Amino acid sequence: MPQLLTANRLIDGRVLYWRGGGWVENLDEAEGFTDAAVADTALAAAKEFVARNLVVNPYLFEVKDGRPVKEREIIRAAGPSVRTDLGKQAKYGSTGTTSPAAPERDDDVSI
Amino acid sequence: MYRYDEFDARFVAERTEQFRFQVQRRLNGELTEDQFKPLRLMNGLYLQLHAYMLRIAVPYGTLSARQLRKLAEIARKYDKGYGHFTTRQNMQFNWPKLKDVPDILAELATVEMHCIQTSGNCIRNVTADHFAGAAADEIEDPRPVAELIRQWSSLHPEFSFLPRKFKIAVIAAPHDRAALRYHDAAVEIVKNDEGRTGYRVWVGGGMGRTPYLAYVVGDFVEKPDLLGFLEAIMRVYNENGRRDNIFKARIKILAHSIGEDEMRERVLREFQEIKTSGYLQVPDEERARIAAYFAPPDFERLTDEALPTDGDLGRWIVNNVTPHKQPGYAVATISLKPIGGVPGDISADQLDAVAQLMDDFGLTEIRASHEQNLVLPHVRQKDLPAVFARLQVLGLATPNAGLITDIICCPGLDYCDLANARSIPVAQEIAKRFADLDRQEDIGELKIKMSGCINACGHHHAGHIGILGVDKKGVEYYQLLLGGSAAEDASIGEIMGPGFGEHEIADAVERVVDVYLKLRRPGERFLDTYRRLGMEPFKNVAYGEQLHAAH
Amino acid sequence: MLIKNNLPAEDTYVTVADDAPLPDGAVVVSLKRFRAERSDLLARNQKLGIVLDSDQSPEALGSDLDRLSLVVLEFPKFRDGRPFSWARILRTRLKFTGEIRARGDFLYDQIAFLKRVGVDAFELPPSITPELFARALTEMTNVYQPSADGRTTIVAMR
Repeated sequence: MPQLLTANRLIDGRVLYWRGGGWVENLDEAEGFTDAAVADTALAAAKEFVARNLVVNPYLFEVKDGRPVKEREIIRAAGPSVRTDLGKQAKYGSTGTTSPAAPERDDDVSI
Repeated sequence: MYRYDEFDARFVAERTEQFRFQVQRRLNGELTEDQFKPLRLMNGLYLQLHAYMLRIAVPYGTLSARQLRKLAEIARKYDKGYGHFTTRQNMQFNWPKLKDVPDILAELATVEMHCIQTSGNCIRNVTADHFAGAAADEIEDPRPVAELIRQWSSLHPEFSFLPRKFKIAVIAAPHDRAALRYHDAAVEIVKNDEGRTGYRVWVGGGMGRTPYLAYVVGDFVEKPDLLGFLEAIMRVYNENGRRDNIFKARIKILAHSIGEDEMRERVLREFQEIKTSGYLQVPDEERARIAAYFAPPDFERLTDEALPTDGDLGRWIVNNVTPHKQPGYAVATISLKPIGGVPGDISADQLDAVAQLMDDFGLTEIRASHEQNLVLPHVRQKDLPAVFARLQVLGLATPNAGLITDIICCPGLDYCDLANARSIPVAQEIAKRFADLDRQEDIGELKIKMSGCINACGHHHAGHIGILGVDKKGVEYYQLLLGGSAAEDASIGEIMGPGFGEHEIADAVERVVDVYLKLRRPGERFLDTYRRLGMEPFKNVAYGEQLHAAH
Repeated sequence: MLIKNNLPAEDTYVTVADDAPLPDGAVVVSLKRFRAERSDLLARNQKLGIVLDSDQSPEALGSDLDRLSLVVLEFPKFRDGRPFSWARILRTRLKFTGEIRARGDFLYDQIAFLKRVGVDAFELPPSITPELFARALTEMTNVYQPSADGRTTIVAMR
């Protein structure tokens, strides 16, 4: 199963995904790894960001058809299922779709 | 309510700056996450699924209108316009940024609030009966004792790196509204045969992976001795609690592995040692000084009114209003469990509006209950109709206190990093099933408590009906427990059997409740019927068609 | 770096491994070695210290404590809070007046607590400078509870 790489940003705790040596906030823009060795290399690179105190707790998780397999990752990627007006789902729309809902006001801090 | 003096104010202000320095060192890399984590937890800051979560202490659940307004302001300025009341009388914000937290703490300090020891392996925020000072059945207000313990435990140099967290509750009434026996330690204010007031001290309760009920280690601790006695308990725990396995580190494991007699002996031996070498005896004047802050408001001389019992107002009064010890007054519960809402959540606008209501009706304090509701402790009975009307406009007049839709529920997998399953949507589904008030009133007192993981923040072991979310290969399942209670008849719920799927659990609860309605004797609550009949009749129906399906 | 009584100090003790020969002068040995070679160690008439691991209570030392001039409290992990109780017991119950030294994995943020329970010497990691050490003691002006440091509590100041 393909894998994505995720972490939380240190300064504000927001969920991030790995893409091309850096981080994006939207799971739909994340880089998928089909090769475990490539995934591990990315994870090692992500740990550099830990050492630089930019992110915490990077790890890999599985996706199927672009959607996380585990409920936990579905919710992390979207926001609280009981508050669809909040979190990434409000900013980017549901995972796997391309029609974003009205963005919520959020001055996210970038790395 | 308690007011900070110059010492308290300076303490909280300095603690804020201490945390600011910790955050600064974390951000510039002088502290690793591993080092910072216990430090931030000791100030109530978690890293959850979507963001950080900040847990603000509401000591013994007491808040002023001014404090509510500050919470509303913080919710708007630093968060997303709402907060969440927890099962330990605290308030949580779900979206603060690490860089903002020192400023939030500074704002809290302006209204005598803080996040000190709302998490971490230390003595946590002390809870108390949410009807304190108003309940007709109390010996005295338990909050001065809770405040005394709060101060004594704040940045305790010896007990800030315990094997695990340590939660203390204080009550002073025969009716336990604070889940006393589920606490690591608890203080029950009692009168002895000579009519003197002292403390019965309990130890070893807890929920989580291995639930236990506390037992008594001190039958009658004299008033000046309380902190010395607690110090003895804490030292026995700090020295002997397990540190090799986080799941066995709570005092409940120590207390129940060495047993009641041995625990008593160790605590008493330690207390004797403490007495010999000189110890902290709380002088009468200090206890009186603190107690004076909790003096009851100047009650008017009123007489009890004939309160309506029908119509919307009557139903709210029947379900949400409790007798007060003062004639002409009442205790009103503001339910934070609207049908289909998130249990315990409150918006910034509602916080402000409740503060305004308090001002308009001369109410100086409000309480957060461990059941995740708010309580107005001293309402004039004649004001009840107007208070109710105001709450209706605010969406805060749900007349379900103590009924089946008044569900205790942790944030679960919608927010929590530790959760295995979502809990809020299940609570919402169950509440919708039982939304009909006639049906709720017919069912009567039935406490559903739900947790999204084994850690049991939603008190599932103590629910008449408990629900525990579990994870099976990334899919949510729900176990049903029956027969728990957190009241004076405390008991630990029993697991029924295999779990239910997300779309089966509400059906199962409904079947269990229906069989209760069929089998109950007059006057029996669900819990009573369960205790009389046991699990079998409920288990026989709960699985319905799925009885033999593989789970 | 060793800080003693709030100031940088020279470490006059040598900590000796259990199987190493004893050098001349003040030494620190493990509790295990102290028990095995008790009479020889006491007969040296040199300053003697012992190391207590975090699971070793000082209460077992009994009257031997009078013959010791230093007790080193070892922190295997900063989260292990037992040494805080050992220090408190050493000072308050056992009336130990010698040096109590913190060694191992403790944090800047624990220094003030350690000082309060009776620790008077610290083997600081390089990350904690003497300036930082001094700062740690000034973060909180007042205290709510009595401990081994004899400080006047807020209750008493009211």
